[in-house]
Amino acid sequence: MTYETVATFSQVTSLLLFITMFAGVVVYALWPNNRGRFEQAQRTALDLDVRSQKQEGR
Amino acid sequence: MAAKQTEWSAFSDVIAAAAAVVLLVIGLAIAGLTKEPVMAFHGLLFAAGAVLAGIGILWTFGHHNDQPLVGADTTSDGTHYQDGPIKVATLAALFWGLAGFLVGDILAWQLAIPALNFDLPWISFGRLRPLHTSAVIFAFGGNVLLATSFYVVQRTCHARLAGRWSPWFVVWGYQLFIAIAGTGYLLGVTQGKEYAEPEWYADLWLTIVWVVYLLVFLGTLIRRKEPHIYVANWFYLAFIVTVAMLHLVNNATIPVSLVGSKSYIVYAGVQDAMTQWWYGHNAVGFFLTAGFLGIMYYFIPKRVERPVYSYRLSIVHFWTLIFLYIWAGPHHLHYTALPEWAQTLGMAFSIMLWMPSWGGMINGLMTLAGAWDKLRTDPVVRLLVVSVAFYGMSTFEGPLMSIKAVNSLSHYTDWTIGHVHSGALGWVAMVSFGAIYCLVPWLWNRKGLYSLKLVEWHFWISTIGILLYITAMWVSGITQGLMWRAYDKLGFLQYSFIETVEAMKPYYVIRAIGGLLFVAGSLIMIYNVWRTIRGDAMQDAEDQPRVAAAPALRLQPVIQVK
Amino acid sequence: MSHERFERNSFILLIGILIVVSIGGLVQIAPLFWVDSTIEKVKGMRPYTPLEQAGRDIYVREGCYGCHSQMIRTLRDEVERYGHYSLAAESMYDHPFQWGSKRTGPDLARVGGRYSDQWHADHFNNPRALVPESIMPGYPWLNATPLVSGNIADRLKTLRIVGVPYTDDMIAKADTDLKAQIDPDSRPAREMLARYPKAKVLRYERTAGAAVTELDALIAYMQILGQMVDFATFDAAGPNLR
Repeated sequence: MTYETVATFSQVTSLLLFITMFAGVVVYALWPNNRGRFEQAQRTALDLDVRSQKQEGR
Repeated sequence: MAAKQTEWSAFSDVIAAAAAVVLLVIGLAIAGLTKEPVMAFHGLLFAAGAVLAGIGILWTFGHHNDQPLVGADTTSDGTHYQDGPIKVATLAALFWGLAGFLVGDILAWQLAIPALNFDLPWISFGRLRPLHTSAVIFAFGGNVLLATSFYVVQRTCHARLAGRWSPWFVVWGYQLFIAIAGTGYLLGVTQGKEYAEPEWYADLWLTIVWVVYLLVFLGTLIRRKEPHIYVANWFYLAFIVTVAMLHLVNNATIPVSLVGSKSYIVYAGVQDAMTQWWYGHNAVGFFLTAGFLGIMYYFIPKRVERPVYSYRLSIVHFWTLIFLYIWAGPHHLHYTALPEWAQTLGMAFSIMLWMPSWGGMINGLMTLAGAWDKLRTDPVVRLLVVSVAFYGMSTFEGPLMSIKAVNSLSHYTDWTIGHVHSGALGWVAMVSFGAIYCLVPWLWNRKGLYSLKLVEWHFWISTIGILLYITAMWVSGITQGLMWRAYDKLGFLQYSFIETVEAMKPYYVIRAIGGLLFVAGSLIMIYNVWRTIRGDAMQDAEDQPRVAAAPALRLQPVIQVK
Repeated sequence: MSHERFERNSFILLIGILIVVSIGGLVQIAPLFWVDSTIEKVKGMRPYTPLEQAGRDIYVREGCYGCHSQMIRTLRDEVERYGHYSLAAESMYDHPFQWGSKRTGPDLARVGGRYSDQWHADHFNNPRALVPESIMPGYPWLNATPLVSGNIADRLKTLRIVGVPYTDDMIAKADTDLKAQIDPDSRPAREMLARYPKAKVLRYERTAGAAVTELDALIAYMQILGQMVDFATFDAAGPNLR
């Protein structure tokens, strides 16, 4: 195996991997079924206060 | 249940004590067997660390409640969060931050006035420079990341940190690593790889600390009571895992002796260069970017009380950022003996990196949509938001400088130094300051900061300092780059090297003054934090937002979140 | 959702991250280890003499790479200022590499032979005595510090483990070779030169009979920089990657 074959192989593979990964991530992010989970997660940073206040009955 | 809990605590106490004894033996053995004074000193440092740890563990035996270990804040089911280690890391960040900024400014003055090297080995520029870079990146930045990651992962998972002693080990073990690495530089112990200077034994110690860090973080994620892992934690996890990988690969080394400090890196020449800048650039990408984006994704929404602008964007941001960053290293090696294709690849990925970086910036900035007035009223928000703006600026400048034609001018000059500091001071330090100002009242259970006015002063003084710094380095860098390649009418190089050095002098003075302002700003912060922790009466309570207070002391939200 | 599902998710995330961040490194770094074709075929490269290597260790210790590069890029002005652009082969025995990233001072890749030993000695002692505008720190203590060389053979052995072709003979004679390099016209010096062609035996005003100093080692290293490759026989159009 020469340097040229190793280099070419790795370059082509990486290009394909990148495209696949990018497509996968975009599909995952925009998948309609995930919407609810993401909206819930979006509030994770904020929810806690409200929750603990409910607990304490303010 | 309670009995089982006590049993577990006792078990982990025994393990912790045994670990301290092992460390003590190793430290004393190194100190006793080595021929090098530096190594003996470091052996004794290890031993001293072990003794202090042992005292700490024994001390808790006399105290039956866990109060010293945890904080006042609890989860919704009443479990105490483990905030003790976070307090230590926060204070350590302030201490190392001041030390690192100060050493940086001393270096800046040394470049302007070389007599300040005093012809002494321990404080000459070459030895102080790694002390500065390590102190600000790993000691200041690292402690900010430890503190915030432990805070964020507990709050977003609604779970206490995994482990009883492990989080303490991570925090104190990390300080021991810093002490060993830092004193080593001053005494001439270094591997000679930029940003990876600590020698083999410090590296080994860091590896142990880091693996425990990963386990604590993962363990807490596994305990979580939320279905989804919040995106800030993704960034923290990527930071922890990738830094572990980079550290292990780049520091592969063979020590000359097991009781000596010197070692030789297994790679040579071009392979070492590629490995080093793969490491070096991703230390920027994963230590100084991914980790601090974790801060952005938690502290900005928290402080402005709005959910992050787009969660979907944050997912795309995360995966593309970590995928692209890892390729960008070769842009440090343009026109060198590195094969051309690797240079081109590095450049291409660096330019592509612009997109996720700005995606992240937009996500951070737009979180303020509808609450822009907070920029005016709350200087802590301003610190956080301006840091994101600096992030946007540096991540635009970075891809620009990775273009080979631009790089041929900028490389080896102060332009690079200016670029690094617009990221390091503008983004990393500012976002850290914002996070620290949030954290201190939360951790020490105060109603807010001692003085918001002083935060205002800190913000303006450091901003002016940064602007002086960056502009001076732009001018000096571009001037020097142009002078190096200037030709006279006869086709000879126009300037000797020393003429280009001479031309830098005024800019070096301006830069040092900018740095001094930055140091002054951090002193204001330390004063403010000290007064806050002491519990002194707040100077401007009415100006502070409700989230400035610790969770238990907060008023009802002004806008009820659905 | 079950608890196991949560656990699995954090591991899936962990593994996903690991895969994504490994690819770049594997693609960019791994091919470089097909060394034969990454590094040009050149004549003249040899391991450093014990004194040069000891000097290199001091160069590393003092953090010289913070201000000096050792990598001449393939740009016209650099080639005219510093000499032939640096070849990958020229740092093939450098553990670690010291290409540097900043030129607060000039590039040193070909500084060898450019100044006399005495110039270097005076310059390290007080740079501003020779170059008034210089901002380099003075290193007067190097001349006053005896070189710690007790473990020089061990250092060469370690370098052999990581791939520097030191012979048994070189390692056995490491200590005498080290001392021979400050002893011009002596028999040990001639033997050392036979093992390490183009090495420079130091000639400058030293205290007669004084032990080898750190300054000696550093000057020996300075003087070999860029001197090994025989550019008369180097074919830039030949099988290399430029």
